[in-house]
Amino acid sequence: MLAIILAADAASGAEQAAFPPFETWHFPSQVFWLVLLFGTLYIVLSRFILPSIGNTLERRESTIASDLDEAARLNDEAVQAQKAVEVSIAKAHAKARETADKARSKIDKDIAAETAKVDAEVDKKLAEAETRIAALRADAMKNVEAIASDAAESVVAKFGSKAGKADVSKAVKSALGEG
Amino acid sequence: MTLFFHGVADPMKQFEVKKLFELPPIFGFDVSFTNASLWMLVGVGLCIALFGYAASRGKIVPNRLQSIGEIGYGFVADMIRSTAGEEGLRFFPFVFTLFFFILFANLIGMSPYAFTTTSHIIVTGMLALLVISIVIVFGLWKNGLKFFGLFAPSLGDMPLLGKLVIYAILIPIEIISFIARPLTLSLRLFANMLAGHILLKLFAGFAVTGVTVGGIGLLVAPLAFGMGIALNALEFLVAGLQAYVFAILTCVYLNDALHPSH
Repeated sequence: MLAIILAADAASGAEQAAFPPFETWHFPSQVFWLVLLFGTLYIVLSRFILPSIGNTLERRESTIASDLDEAARLNDEAVQAQKAVEVSIAKAHAKARETADKARSKIDKDIAAETAKVDAEVDKKLAEAETRIAALRADAMKNVEAIASDAAESVVAKFGSKAGKADVSKAVKSALGEG
Repeated sequence: MTLFFHGVADPMKQFEVKKLFELPPIFGFDVSFTNASLWMLVGVGLCIALFGYAASRGKIVPNRLQSIGEIGYGFVADMIRSTAGEEGLRFFPFVFTLFFFILFANLIGMSPYAFTTTSHIIVTGMLALLVISIVIVFGLWKNGLKFFGLFAPSLGDMPLLGKLVIYAILIPIEIISFIARPLTLSLRLFANMLAGHILLKLFAGFAVTGVTVGGIGLLVAPLAFGMGIALNALEFLVAGLQAYVFAILTCVYLNDALHPSH
């Protein structure tokens, strides 16, 4: 079958010019249009299209680069802001602690002063009271002596003996002192 | 049956150049607008449309089509950087034009009824000549006579006699390989596109004739059809690959013009 087809091809080939690419009549036309069209394509591409595409690619690259820079800058800024916030929080903490400490120490001082004052007053009152008690006691003792002396004098008188007033009081005094 | 083959399966018919508009000759040369010119115009038009759109949109956040244009830009720029260094970027517009001109021509050729402009030796040959001319002119302009150091790579420390013997062998080889460059550059692209399209047409032809012949042909037809599909996929790969090969070899040759001492 292949032989039939090849024979047929050979037959048809023999009728026409054998090989179109080697026919020379169209060479000038081919060269003319090739030069014209290839030249046109070259000029259009090199003058207008390729610089424009190159420009776009460059613009894209620089846009991406500048966007990345901007992102990095904003990131830095955010980090700085966070640091600033942390610092101000720490400062606020320190200030709060200081204020609290100050208030506490002031209150402590106040308390101490008040306590001292009250203590002093109490001491003073106690001392006063003690002196008063002592005075009252001494007074009372004097009265007791007098009464005891009187009582002793009268007892002694009742027994029928006379005793000097001074002796009696002396004895009473010594008895009281012992008691 | 022969008539049928004649109409459908002639694999050469797709490469025929037909005049669409007669144009007055320039300096005696016929420059008529042909189907080849039409499909070249379509390729260039699509190329300008795609990259023109990507360029004119120019948003920081691209959409898909703009992204495709910009990926093409980055692809060619990286290709030049990796083969010819940063200095090679002065040829960026040229290599870009070359790569996408060939890529669009190859891919348009994959669409049915379209003409593959790169399947003609005159087109690929002119492109290869353009590349080599730029390499030679720029190489001489930039390096002066040092450009010819390209043919005599430095050998390091070696006795003089040894150097002479090696250069006697090496320099002719280098010169021949330099002369072969435009030939291989143009033939590679031309032959790949031509052979691929012939194969596609042949297998498609087998499938159709298999069905019409009947009998054993009915068994052959599906195989041929499957083969045609597989080849179609392969041809898309070849279309991209050959454009890439052409462009990257151009970069390698331009690298020689930029830095002639290996």
